[in-house]
Amino acid sequence: MSLTATPSMVRDSTRRRKRSGTHAVLTALPWLVPTLVLILGVVLYPAALMIYTSFFKYNNRGIQRGDAPVGLDNYIGTAGALTFPGVPVGRILLNTVLWVAVVVLITVVLSLALAQFLNLEFRGRKALRLFVILPWACSVVMTATVFRYGLQENVGLFNRLLVDTGILQRAQAWTKDPTSAFWVAVFVAIYVSLPFTTYTILAGLQAVPDDVREAAHVDGADGLRRYWFIVLPLLRPAIAVAALINIINVFNSLPILRLLQETPGYHTGHITTTLMFEYQRALGPGVSSALSVLNFIFCLVIIAIYLAIVQPTKEVA
Amino acid sequence: MARTRSVRGGINKPPSPWVIALGSIAIVVFFGFPYALMFISSLKTRLEITNIPPDYFPATPRFDNYLTVWASEVDPASSLLATAVIALGATLLVLLVATPAAYYVARFRFPGRMVFLLLVLCTQMLQPTVLAVGLFQEFKGWQGYAVWAALILINAAFNLSFAIWIMQAFFASVPKEIDEAALIDGLGRLQTMFRISLPLVWPGIVTAIVFVFVNSWNEFSAAFILVQHTNLQPLTVSMPRFLGLYIKDWQYLFTVAMIAIVPVVILFSFIERRLIGGLTAGSVK
Repeated sequence: MSLTATPSMVRDSTRRRKRSGTHAVLTALPWLVPTLVLILGVVLYPAALMIYTSFFKYNNRGIQRGDAPVGLDNYIGTAGALTFPGVPVGRILLNTVLWVAVVVLITVVLSLALAQFLNLEFRGRKALRLFVILPWACSVVMTATVFRYGLQENVGLFNRLLVDTGILQRAQAWTKDPTSAFWVAVFVAIYVSLPFTTYTILAGLQAVPDDVREAAHVDGADGLRRYWFIVLPLLRPAIAVAALINIINVFNSLPILRLLQETPGYHTGHITTTLMFEYQRALGPGVSSALSVLNFIFCLVIIAIYLAIVQPTKEVA
Repeated sequence: MARTRSVRGGINKPPSPWVIALGSIAIVVFFGFPYALMFISSLKTRLEITNIPPDYFPATPRFDNYLTVWASEVDPASSLLATAVIALGATLLVLLVATPAAYYVARFRFPGRMVFLLLVLCTQMLQPTVLAVGLFQEFKGWQGYAVWAALILINAAFNLSFAIWIMQAFFASVPKEIDEAALIDGLGRLQTMFRISLPLVWPGIVTAIVFVFVNSWNEFSAAFILVQHTNLQPLTVSMPRFLGLYIKDWQYLFTVAMIAIVPVVILFSFIERRLIGGLTAGSVK
């Protein structure tokens, strides 16, 4: 046997690469089909169904009214998602942008500090990391519920603590006013987003080689400059991933606002996601689908803007 | 991971003990206080917890709340069962579906591989919340226990991308030659995966399992919109029912919350160390 035959024999026996394209796809399919079925059936199909539903009329019990599609009536008709009387749409859109921007920005900044601290060498830092992980492991529902209780006007212990320490004159009904409830929810959203973000940045920090920082030290850069010019640029991919996943999560966070806002109806503390559930209950799937579609497009726009500004895929030398 | 750094010329000065102490206290207080409040509140009587103004601590800690809660009107046992069935079912389904896909994608180049990976990444951007209305339209006919099946499918589908992403990074880290040796020795592809690769990437699988389990355990939106019958609701949806119009059983609500979060926190603490590497294995490198 010549030398050239041997590799092809190995390839044959291990059954990999160099086959006709279709054959390769056919061999791959059995391994991938379950995933594809699940993604198509439970993610993409309902997405398509939602778009389809948004062009038909339904009542609030989910029963279809009439067979003919109604065009954009569910979007901008007399009782459309964007034009329903009494809904402060402009304010809600503004809230949504504020919600995402404020929560993600503060989360990332705080997480950078937290990760820096947890990356120090000291006794007990492993136990400390377990504390940081708490809001992640505990369900968002439970965490939001504790804050809801603590901030009750009469029975809330956070309120009593704030009054006892002299920070507040008298207890406030934080969750009964849409605006204050919104900002409480912002706090809780930051709170539950910190663990994931901190851990991602911590992973990035541990990948920063010591020699790079050492070289900067030898060149005379002080701690702050080393951080700003050396560590932070190297952290960029980690920050980008954390921020992107946070944007998606925060945009989709329903329970926090839902549990902390104890005001019914179309108040000024909604974001588009909570409004969607309000519509689903009051107006049925037609209008709420329309808002869901807009919601999804809105989400894509925010992500696109983020990607355009941050360019997370840009190579850092 | 647990890398011990040598203290070298200046860049890794041992941090000041004051900074460490203050920082540690701040972290413990900040991340501990809601859950401390949850625990303390779960030991009060209804009278104590609805007292105006409220007392910080119960006169005597009522540990029997953890027994009497099971007999309450909300029936947390059935909710706990629902949560457990949905979370376990979804985790198992993800494991069955994601493992072969992750293995194949990590091992082979084939036409459409990038498309497949992109599709998986795209589902990462979608969540049950944003598709809730579509999911409602699709699954509204699934009544009775079938609604649990629907939630298992939903939780599995939306956690799939993450699991595939983590697992394929771990599979890719195992040298191909090990697989090839097994194949030459006459093992089939499937057997090679199960008997050779899987034991080597076990840490990655555990990370994915726990992650999916915790996410499904805590899922809210899909369950909220789909489950109509109160006795089929998982915990996240049924818990607010402790807060009736007239009677507010906050203490029971927090008792159930404690019961629900303790196993999850323990589980999470097991994979804590691996989360640092595992989470970003596919994306950051």
